[in-house]
Amino acid sequence: MEGNVKLITDDGLRLDGRSSNEMRPIKLQTGVIEKADGSAYIEWGANKVVVAVYVREAYPKHAQNMDRAIVKARYSMAGFSVEERKRPGPDRRTMEISKVISEALSSAIILEKLPRAEVDVFIEVLQADAGTRIASLTASSVAIADAGVPMRDLVVGCTAGKAGGKIVLDLSKDEDNYGEADIPMAILPRTGKVVLLQIDGDVSPEEFDEATSMIVNAMKDISKIQRDALMKTYSIEGGE
Amino acid sequence: MKYLETKEIVYPGDRIEINDLRPRNGIYEDDSQYFSEYFGVIQKSEKFIDIAPFNSPYLPRVNDKVIGKIMDIGPTMWTVDINSPYYSLLHINDTPWHVNAGDLTRYLAAGDFIYARISVSNEIKESWVSMRDTGMRKLEKGQVILVKPPKVPRVIGKGGNMINLIKSETDTKIIVGQNGFIWIDGEPDNVNIAINAIKMVEREAHTVGLTDRMGEYFKKLKGGN
Repeated sequence: MEGNVKLITDDGLRLDGRSSNEMRPIKLQTGVIEKADGSAYIEWGANKVVVAVYVREAYPKHAQNMDRAIVKARYSMAGFSVEERKRPGPDRRTMEISKVISEALSSAIILEKLPRAEVDVFIEVLQADAGTRIASLTASSVAIADAGVPMRDLVVGCTAGKAGGKIVLDLSKDEDNYGEADIPMAILPRTGKVVLLQIDGDVSPEEFDEATSMIVNAMKDISKIQRDALMKTYSIEGGE
Repeated sequence: MKYLETKEIVYPGDRIEINDLRPRNGIYEDDSQYFSEYFGVIQKSEKFIDIAPFNSPYLPRVNDKVIGKIMDIGPTMWTVDINSPYYSLLHINDTPWHVNAGDLTRYLAAGDFIYARISVSNEIKESWVSMRDTGMRKLEKGQVILVKPPKVPRVIGKGGNMINLIKSETDTKIIVGQNGFIWIDGEPDNVNIAINAIKMVEREAHTVGLTDRMGEYFKKLKGGN
C-alpha cells in the first residue's frame, strides 16, 4: 500500500466514505466494572478501550502530596489489540501516552480536594485503530466523573490531521499511517483551555488553524456523548 | 421509555444559578460565577445550595458513625478500612476493653467489623475512630454490604423512616454506617430481602416518592407469598 496510496477519492470522500469533517461513530458506556470506583467503556470507530478508576491513599507514603492528589494514568495495550502482536508491558510509546493523559486529567480534577490521595486510571486498549490516546482520555474523564472525583470540567478530545493533502477530522488507521500529519488535541470545553496538544508530521500554520477549529467544532458532539453516557447509568425506567 | 421523575441533574463544569443562596458542597467559583464539581443533582435548602453527587468517595468527618473493617494490627493501634481512600486508626485506649499493648488480636483480628465513631479528622484527611460511646461495638454474626456513600442518607430516609420500614418489614437488625457499609443480621431469607430492598433504594435514590414505592414493594412481596 505504501508509496502511491490515494487517501481521498475523486469525489472528495475518504477511504471509509466519510467527508472531511465527519467523525467515526462513538459508543460510550459507564459503570462497566463493578468493583472499580468508576469505569467506562468506549468504542470509537474500531477502537475499543476499557477504563477503570480507583481512588486511594498514595503509595508509597513518601510519594504522597500533603496538599493535593496525584493522578496516575496507566495506558496499556493488549497483545491482540494491533495487527502484529504487541509485546506486553510498558514501552516508550505507552509511557508517553500515560504521561500526557495523566497531565491532561490533572488539570481537570480539583486535586486539592483529595490531599495525600492518588487517582489511579487504568486504561486497557482492547482494539486499536488510530486515535486511541484521545479515545482513552475521553473515556477516562467520564470514568473519573463516574467515580465522583471532583472535577472542574469533563475533558473532551479529538484528532485532526492531514491526509492526501487535505485537512480531515478524526483520522482512520490508513490516514494515520500514510497521511502527512496527525494532531490530537483535548480541551476543557467550559473555558476552552487546551490540556493536550501534540503534532506528528508537517502542517502549515493555516492548516493547523483549520485543523484545530475543526476539532473544536467536533467537541460539542463528543461532549454530548459523554453526558449521555453518564446520564444513562442513572436514568431508571419507570415501572408499570 | 418512561422515566421516573428526577431532580435537576448537573455535570462537572455546568454553571449553577445560585440566586440568593450560598454555595456550599460540590460547587467551585471561577471569575465570580459558580460551577458544579460533580455529576449529581442540585439540592437547595433555605440558605444553601449543594450538589449531591451520584457517587463519591467517603471522606471522614468528625462524629460520623461508621462501620469499619480491621485491616492491619500494630503494637498499639488497629488500621481500619472505612470504605474511604484514606485508612483510619483505632487506638487501644479508644476501645471499651482494657487492651495491653501487643495483645490486640485477642480483641479484634484482621477482617473483623466494628461500629465506631470518627473522633478526630484533620485537613489532610487523617482520622481516628473511637469505640468509647453508646452502641459502639464489634459486629459479630450478620453480614456487611456496601452502598455508595452519597446514597446513605436516602437509605436512612427522613428521620430514619426508610431504614425503619425495611427493618420492620424484614424483621432484621440493621446498622447503617455513614461511610456506606451496612450491617444486617437476621434469618438468611429475611437478610436477602433486606439486601434487595437496600440495593433498590440505592439504585433509585435520586427519584421522587421513594418511601411510598418501597411500601408498595413490600406489600406486593407479602401478597406474593
